[in-house]
Amino acid sequence: MKHATLGEWVLYGAVCAYLLALYALPSDVWLGFTINALIVTVLSIAWNITGGYGGQMSFGHAALFGTGAFVTAILQVRLGVNPWLAAPLAIAAAALVAGVIGALSFRYGLKGSYFALVTLAFAEVLRILASSFSITGGGQGILVPYKAGVENLQFASRVSTYTLALALVALGMLVTAWMQRSRFGAYLIAIRENEEAAKALGIDTFRTKVLAMVLSGAIAGTAGVAYLQTFLFVDSQIAYGASMSVEALLGPMIGGSGTLWGPLVGTLALHLLGESAKELVSGAPGLNLVLYGVVLLVILRYLPDGLVGLARRVRLPRRAPAASMKEAR
Amino acid sequence: MSALILPAMLGGLTTGAIYALVALGLTLIYGVLHIINFAHGSLLMLALYGVYFLHVWLGFDPYLAIPIIAPLFFVLGYALQRGVIAPFSGGKEQNVLLVTLALSIVFDNLALYFWTSNTRTVAVSYAYTMVEVGPAFIPLPKVIAFFAAMLCAAILWLVINRTRIGKAIRAVAIEKRGAQLVGIEVEQTYAVCFGIGTACVAVAACLLIPTFYVTPQVGYAFVLVAFTTVVLGGMGSFAGALVSGLLLGVIEALCGLFLGETLGQIGIFVAFILILLFRPAGLFGQRTA
Repeated sequence: MKHATLGEWVLYGAVCAYLLALYALPSDVWLGFTINALIVTVLSIAWNITGGYGGQMSFGHAALFGTGAFVTAILQVRLGVNPWLAAPLAIAAAALVAGVIGALSFRYGLKGSYFALVTLAFAEVLRILASSFSITGGGQGILVPYKAGVENLQFASRVSTYTLALALVALGMLVTAWMQRSRFGAYLIAIRENEEAAKALGIDTFRTKVLAMVLSGAIAGTAGVAYLQTFLFVDSQIAYGASMSVEALLGPMIGGSGTLWGPLVGTLALHLLGESAKELVSGAPGLNLVLYGVVLLVILRYLPDGLVGLARRVRLPRRAPAASMKEAR
Repeated sequence: MSALILPAMLGGLTTGAIYALVALGLTLIYGVLHIINFAHGSLLMLALYGVYFLHVWLGFDPYLAIPIIAPLFFVLGYALQRGVIAPFSGGKEQNVLLVTLALSIVFDNLALYFWTSNTRTVAVSYAYTMVEVGPAFIPLPKVIAFFAAMLCAAILWLVINRTRIGKAIRAVAIEKRGAQLVGIEVEQTYAVCFGIGTACVAVAACLLIPTFYVTPQVGYAFVLVAFTTVVLGGMGSFAGALVSGLLLGVIEALCGLFLGETLGQIGIFVAFILILLFRPAGLFGQRTA
């Protein structure tokens, strides 16, 4: 592992300081905003595994997020299953959906924009199905009754919900860090860099990619469960709509795809940007998103490696050439 | 029930003609630049507003607006590729996708800011003039759009296969570096190609608006169907886009008839997934890497 540069220390330090400061100064507005951003971060972490490390750009991660949210909602509301049991089942369901999408797409050799389109199509099929059948609430969606209590996986206090979201992000990052160091992660990165070469080296590329999808699906499903338990509502548009798929990939792309901190940094930055744009031009519907889009364009133009890539370039001035040789290794 | 099938199919064909029209420009861009242009739907939306305002302010008939809107959108497309998409993406495929996505966010919300989310329609006297086609009655504008789609596909085919710039576009699409080596200006050709694709979507807007409406979000509904059409037809194939657009219109109509209105579009996406899995080169495309 390369050592973190000064810029990285500052960036990650600032993110952690912000996240911890919310415990010292709990404000309902900021907690609510950050909880939302953290749940999206979990989804971004899921996307980052396949899209960032594996180089398989999915445009349909909503299919996995939505399955997590819907399965846990259906189990709780329609079948009366306890949320603690429903959650793992929903996560397994999302992993299964991811495995099926991955196995089908990779079996037939889809990559690049074709993979992006097929994942988008799977999410659309699920969205139309969810909006047409009564088990998913059709056009109305599913409302989970509010019964605060640890046994119902619902928390009355925002700080508790926040802690849960924070813990899920930390868990997701731990999984990512483990993956980075593991053989599986090395295989995955090799596939991203050059799939033919990876195959020639004897890597089972199909198996690796499908496994990455399953892992990604489980994490995305967790995000879906967390979303449902926090907002107690889901409908076909929230769960499977394209905006969720876009959110999943924007965070890592802006933060730095294929990096450990990219999803968290990027998602927080984008949500802060979106919120400040809303404040800046309040009363003018649409203008905030125009600003958002423009800043997005500027980031793409000037920060091709994302915010983490920018931070990596900020380092202390080197003293001796020998030291820099060591650092470069 | 069987008495309903034929009218449903005819109605589907006219819807499909619109899908084909929107997809024609996209297949050119996708086939040559190999990029997923998510701004395509937003450009359609802008063109729809263009036709709308030409009609409301200056009394232009939507069809007579074509010679004004199409060149205007050629310039817009050219400028977008030259000034935004190429320099902002740095040539990376995944970044192009994000740049066009960001562009569509900007366009959709500019429209929302300036023109609000109100649904607007153009009232033309012939909108409800019905034409009897076999067992069905079809509004005249849809019949016009149907034949216009074929005409557009034919014109595009001629431009690409029978003109000098068309030859350059084909060369760049097949072998970018080779084209560069023989002296074709690749960036210029890309921009012309994007311009032509954008002009196509403007023509589609003129043909669409007599029987449709415009809101800032209207483009999104078309983007996915347009991509389906492009992939099904084989990217870069105009005849393919035409046939698959019509086919998808019929599939949607039949699914709507048998499975219920809300499930109509599911047929399109299921067809899309199957095509991607089993024949990613499309019905008319040549198999590439």
